[in-house]
Amino acid sequence: MRDYAGPLPAELDQRRAGNLIGRPRLAPMPARSWYTIHGLSRFWCGTTSTFIRPDTENPMTSKRTLFEKIWDAHVVSEPTGRSPLIYIDLHLVHEVTSPQAFDGLRAAGRSVRQPSRTVATVDHNVPTEPRGTPILDPIAAKQIQALEKNCKEFAIRFFDMDSPEQGIVHVIGPELGFTQPGLTIVCGDSHTSTHGAFGSLAFGIGTSEVEHVLATQCLPQRKPKTMNIVVHGRLPEGVTGKDLALGVIGQIGTDGATGHVIEYSGEVVRGLSMEGRMTLCNMSIEAGARAAMVAPDEATFAYVKGRRFAPQGEAWDKALTYWKTLVSDPGAHFDKVLTIAAGTLAPFVTWGTNPGMVVQVTGRVPDMNGGDRKATEQALQYMGLEPGTRIEDIPIDRVFIGSCTNSRLEDLRAAARVAKGYHVSPNVRAMVVPGSQAIKHAAEKEGLHRVFQEAGFEWRESGCSMCLGMNPDILQPGERCASTSNRNFEGRQGRGGRTHLVSPMMAAAAAIAGHFTDIRNWKFQ
Amino acid sequence: MQPFHKHQGRAVPLDRINVDTDQIIPKQFLKRIERTGFGEFLFYDWRRTPDGKPNESFILNHPCHQGASILIAGKNFGCGSSREHAVWALSDYGFRTVIAPSFADIFANNSTKNGFLNVALTEGEVAELMRRSQQDGYQLTVDLEQRKVYDEQEFSASFQIDDFVRHCLLHGLDDIGLTLQHESDIAAYEARHASPWQSNV
Repeated sequence: MRDYAGPLPAELDQRRAGNLIGRPRLAPMPARSWYTIHGLSRFWCGTTSTFIRPDTENPMTSKRTLFEKIWDAHVVSEPTGRSPLIYIDLHLVHEVTSPQAFDGLRAAGRSVRQPSRTVATVDHNVPTEPRGTPILDPIAAKQIQALEKNCKEFAIRFFDMDSPEQGIVHVIGPELGFTQPGLTIVCGDSHTSTHGAFGSLAFGIGTSEVEHVLATQCLPQRKPKTMNIVVHGRLPEGVTGKDLALGVIGQIGTDGATGHVIEYSGEVVRGLSMEGRMTLCNMSIEAGARAAMVAPDEATFAYVKGRRFAPQGEAWDKALTYWKTLVSDPGAHFDKVLTIAAGTLAPFVTWGTNPGMVVQVTGRVPDMNGGDRKATEQALQYMGLEPGTRIEDIPIDRVFIGSCTNSRLEDLRAAARVAKGYHVSPNVRAMVVPGSQAIKHAAEKEGLHRVFQEAGFEWRESGCSMCLGMNPDILQPGERCASTSNRNFEGRQGRGGRTHLVSPMMAAAAAIAGHFTDIRNWKFQ
Repeated sequence: MQPFHKHQGRAVPLDRINVDTDQIIPKQFLKRIERTGFGEFLFYDWRRTPDGKPNESFILNHPCHQGASILIAGKNFGCGSSREHAVWALSDYGFRTVIAPSFADIFANNSTKNGFLNVALTEGEVAELMRRSQQDGYQLTVDLEQRKVYDEQEFSASFQIDDFVRHCLLHGLDDIGLTLQHESDIAAYEARHASPWQSNV
């Protein structure tokens, strides 16, 4: 039988009472001019009707946000004059940010405290050529071998390159049922925020913190602030979770949520599939958020139920009872609140060198007068774009459909629906990289691979691939790519490469058209 | 961990906002499994031309900025990837501290764990330092004890820093050791909460 990790509601109540007596909540922040329209619009070229206000309701009450409930349930100790010690339920590990952490353990003669709460796989360096192809880069091969060796030495569950469970760490965590509501989850990877889609507190850490969690299963953490992003209305046809994410970052900027945990709510978020919620939470780090979450609901429970490592039987019933308490209490205080009217969103395309430099597909590359002139100038120079150019007139060379942002079955289905009956433009090389082996096989079962291959897309093995180009999948200097990944930083996909972030449907349509095109006008076949 | 008390050194201006960790240390250098040796790859794509030669126009390659140990940069420094290699590269190159209006969260955490100080000053103060550090051999002092940044030309600014972070930096503390002092608290917590995956090992 599997026991559930989280506290039971009765215990939660006790903790809450203790919390109120022992730790009175701080007074609310005074209203700040943090979100002036000027600051908001730095790189924003959209027309969304949005407002933001500091939330000052009920700060002194016992009403708690989802984040606070999970935080309170994981405080191990609150040493005087130091950050609280938070217990970590699940630690995901990959090959790039862990070798130095294991070396640190060995050097200090420490062991892994909870191997059963630690799960490892290889994703960043893995080639997406057919499995069995030798890894030509000896340094990459060494890093992959190092993880395997470390997992053996410290008895950590490891899904190697050839295992059917292998995939991007943020894809396989949920897929295998490790990711569950109410947990604290960390990984030496900034996109750990993805797992917050299940109502868990999940955040990225550096290698020293990886070592810290391996050794102690805890992390000293300063308590972040909270931000509520409420999305009302209905997403228009052709507008996806990715567009919502890009829209949010475009408005608040790449540091708009720094120091905050975002909770997404509103009927649009409720209406998103788990895949869409994962995309949204995944991209929140691009707004600087410490973490992002969506309160678990029936969609969450249905997703988790029956997965290999999910609780079962009696443990499931117990877990479910607890999970249903994981909502922000009505009137709970958030440090910031942002409200978005979904009806004004559109398919987005980034034009610059950070994810906040974004414009609607029907828009134009901005001129130098708005936002930060110098940053705009540097970005346009790197991207090889002229101010005023229509986005739909920008030709592309490459398309990448994949990454922990958009490589799940729903993403592949959406892209395949667009590609069906068409062929990739002769000037474009397009590749599809499923997020995991399980997704690859599921997609093949549905025949999606054939749709892609017939349309001239490459169908490859799972991994992080060209999202960050640590494996051989990279852009050549000057190549322009429509990418479903999460970062359009200079050189991210290859030195001199030019990345435009889009949704899977927009990427597939761009591959076929040879330039960006508005998916809302697409003729599906 | 090397303690940080007070540091005087040459300052170099990197007049860019949102300097991300992909720029600080590009991905092709993340495959190494050591903590050292990243300095030569710091800001690689800016510091080197595509054929690997030094890019003369990049600020760190200017002769007057050689030996700099204090970096002045725009807001949201260290955004993006969680790679701690970014801090290792800055340290290995010879930087002890970055002064900027703001820092990304994960980068800030990583810095603390490596005895690397992030100093947040106001936009105006950073702009002033950006201007002053254009001078050949401009020297700045960062004093963590006093929480002050000053030069010999009447610039002086105070900064705020979390007390515990300051304490760790001043004493070069290994915070894993500190956490392990709470062994009984951790064990008690674990006794209350079994792992949901234990039975699947």
